[in-house]
Amino acid sequence: MVFVIRRLLQAVLIALVMSVLVFAGVFAVGNPADILIDPEATQTDRLRLIQQFGLDRPLHEQYFIFLGNVLQGDFGNSFVFNRPALHIIFERMPATLELAFAAILIAVVIGIPLGLWAGLRPNAFSSKTIMAGSILGFSLPNFWQGIMLILLFSVTLGWLPVTGRGPVGEFLGIRSSFFTLEGLRHLALPAFNLAVGLLALVIRLTRAGTLEVMPQDFIRFARAKGLRERRVIFIHLLRNILIPVVTVVGMSFGGLIAFAVVTETIFAWPGMGKLIIDSINVLDRPIIVAYLMVIVLVFILLNLIVDILYSIIDPRIRLEEAGQ
Amino acid sequence: MTIASVTPPPVPKPGAIEGEAPWRGIVREFAKSWTAMFGLILLVLIVLIAIFAPLLSPQNPYDLASLSIMDNRLPPGETGWSGMTFVLGTDGQGRDMLSAIMYGLRISLGVGVVSCTIALFIGLAAGLAAAYFGGRVDTIIMRIVDLHLSFPAILIALILLAVLGRGIDKIIIALIVVQWATFARTVRGAALAERRKEYIEAAQCLGLPQWRIVFGHLLPNCMPPMMVIFTVEIASAIALEATLSFLGVGLPITQPSLGLLISNGFQFILSGQYWISVYPGIALLVLIVAINLVGDHLRDVLNPRNAQ
Amino acid sequence: MSTLLEITELQTHFLSERGAVKAVDGVSFTVNRGEVLAVVGESGSGKSVTGLSVMGLIDKPGKVVGGTMQFDGQDLSSLSPEAMRQLRGNRIAMIFQDPMMTLNPVLRVDTQMIETLRAHRDISKKDAWTLCRDALARVGIPAPDERMRSYPHQFSGGMRQRVAIAIALLNDPDLLIADEPTTALDVTIQAQILALVQGLVTERGMGVMWVTHDLSVVAGFADRVVVMYAGEVVEEGPVDRVISQPTHPYTLGLIGSVPSRNKRGAPLTQIPGSTPSPINRGTACRFMPRCRFAQTKCEEHPPLIESATGASRCWFQDEVAAQSREVA
Repeated sequence: MVFVIRRLLQAVLIALVMSVLVFAGVFAVGNPADILIDPEATQTDRLRLIQQFGLDRPLHEQYFIFLGNVLQGDFGNSFVFNRPALHIIFERMPATLELAFAAILIAVVIGIPLGLWAGLRPNAFSSKTIMAGSILGFSLPNFWQGIMLILLFSVTLGWLPVTGRGPVGEFLGIRSSFFTLEGLRHLALPAFNLAVGLLALVIRLTRAGTLEVMPQDFIRFARAKGLRERRVIFIHLLRNILIPVVTVVGMSFGGLIAFAVVTETIFAWPGMGKLIIDSINVLDRPIIVAYLMVIVLVFILLNLIVDILYSIIDPRIRLEEAGQ
Repeated sequence: MTIASVTPPPVPKPGAIEGEAPWRGIVREFAKSWTAMFGLILLVLIVLIAIFAPLLSPQNPYDLASLSIMDNRLPPGETGWSGMTFVLGTDGQGRDMLSAIMYGLRISLGVGVVSCTIALFIGLAAGLAAAYFGGRVDTIIMRIVDLHLSFPAILIALILLAVLGRGIDKIIIALIVVQWATFARTVRGAALAERRKEYIEAAQCLGLPQWRIVFGHLLPNCMPPMMVIFTVEIASAIALEATLSFLGVGLPITQPSLGLLISNGFQFILSGQYWISVYPGIALLVLIVAINLVGDHLRDVLNPRNAQ
Repeated sequence: MSTLLEITELQTHFLSERGAVKAVDGVSFTVNRGEVLAVVGESGSGKSVTGLSVMGLIDKPGKVVGGTMQFDGQDLSSLSPEAMRQLRGNRIAMIFQDPMMTLNPVLRVDTQMIETLRAHRDISKKDAWTLCRDALARVGIPAPDERMRSYPHQFSGGMRQRVAIAIALLNDPDLLIADEPTTALDVTIQAQILALVQGLVTERGMGVMWVTHDLSVVAGFADRVVVMYAGEVVEEGPVDRVISQPTHPYTLGLIGSVPSRNKRGAPLTQIPGSTPSPINRGTACRFMPRCRFAQTKCEEHPPLIESATGASRCWFQDEVAAQSREVA
């Protein structure tokens, strides 16, 4: 419990530090009036907005006004959509989350079996091919690999749609592309594109874990008990490998959301990532600021959850905590 | 006893022969792996192409006078209006792709090397300071580094470029900010391991000046892991720059790196004109793989103490 | 006493780049029902590999390349992998050296016990649970109901070995192969485990093959001893005779290197040199380079020569016996 509270306080502190950095970036560098006010606004509008944001006051007062606005979720209106920036971000968030979940699913469902295969037959040609593929997965620049996917599956083969998000279905009150066939067809390429790096990582982790665990005595003992090979591998081996894999996958969730920026741009996926790139290109500052603060909060929250979960998953770690 | 007798113990290197300069053993060990040598030869070739691009390329792709809009989007191997054969085809402005790629390599490599070198020095200073002074200096520096590394590089770069705007100087700044923390953490790890050794204590007892301990003993021992990280980081800097340029937040169109070339070709992909995107992409991939092959094997040969 | 396991000229090799490593190189012995056979030898003598060969648990690049293993009338090497699996943990059980490593760290003890039962017979989880709890109680684990739900790291080393023994004996095996199960334990715990196994063995009348490097551990416990050296059996006989009057110089050396109670103050002897390369052992007696009895005759590899009280692989076993009588 003390551990959780300490981590929470740390998280709040980091959030404050990040808010100062974002504030410094937006307000202290350059003329904040240019950044926050639509360049096409009239002179009277400008003056009114300068009053509202307190841009004529000293810097530290401006920060507290900024912080107050942030806490109320008020980042101003988007220049482009002329609606509150935060609302637009929240509208786009489900599409990004859906993409990230699909990528994790792909990485785990494909990565763990391939890693197991490569780890159980380390010298087989098939295993070496898998490992070479995973190295390529690390080296391939994500965006170029996305373009190649489009070229191969959409342009050349014509199997999958090129861009955009398909229709969403509703199931148990959750609206997602997972629930319609057309939605899944649209999701396939972008999700795979986003998954490749993580997939390569999961393959390597699983293989390394398999190589480490298989020679251990408890595997030999499990066999000496006369267990079927299936049970030895899928219960005794897999349970041991799963702890590091789950941790890494959990911690990579934030990275996926960040990298979704690239995938969403290539596949015109209407999520937060595409929104931020579009906003940067048209200098829609309120959206940029709102995105930054939201993503920072998401990251802090994720790190917090992973830390707490990790102490729950591994029985050995729990004991060490209690022993201290 | 003279001060000069306080020298670090020789670090045993794999395959080292008594009385031989340590770097020779490293070179010999490195040359044993043909994949690494292949990567090295490839890399040298790419660097030479990049340096001598103006001499080697069939066309100056940014001299508007030598371009003809009539030649636009010619497929590979086609001969153009002016009688010139375009081995890799042309882009939307009738620019020879081969020449554009050669010039693009120049920019991509240049940005990667410059930003990594500056980041290396910043990281070196921060890491050595943290390791040597310890205590509060160490805590503060490492807190910043940890916070920094808990956010993905692309996000930090994106935030910075959103604030700074595009431009070659700006993307270099962004890459430096993204990368210094990795260097700092590596240097600190290596320096701390070295600092605990007895000869450093002996040097301190002898009253050797601090700058001599730091630069004469700590710094040289940080070099092997730094070389590895430096190579690998150049590859990731190049990939990151290409990504950011592709997203349209990196380099301006006047500085066409490989990423921008790929980005320009992306709009033609759907109409099947693959070469404008595919060939610069292959060049980028080959460059990154070559650097990684060299870096990976350097890691094995130098075996940095704090390899993860 | 009827024969339970008969190993004849067993050869288990490990293929390496430099040639086949002949870990077990022509081993023959038998284990009878209701008997404890101690297999003694130093590390690298092939004693553990022999045990694993019987279990069919030799990992690649190892392979049983020759000889036969008759278990209760069945030739083990002719069995299909599935038939072999059905035998393992059911009619032949095994326990290992390091109790810290034999139990899976991330699975609860009840999971690891129940699966052993259910791999061999159709039994409900509930019934299996009760059986397992009783098995834990029988090996002397206090509060077995609670301990069933614990993870291995919550047990001490001795308790973990008790759990491993309970698991091995769950299906009432005919043969128990114990690979140095007390080596990693404190001496007091060692004695407890020995007493426990002895009790369970007499109670059930099973055969035991107890692999150890320490002759003194099995002195009061085993019925017969097989001494292994460099991949082969060098001496075999009833435990009392082998200890009091060894007929092979290696066994004599082994006994001389053990601190003994009745020879206080006498210096410990050690066997000079080390074992020959397991890849190429040559055609001479394998112990010859280290043997103080060695003569020209020893250039020829001796067979296992049977006598009234066992067998010895030494041309000069009478001289060795005479010398050992003298020492005693």
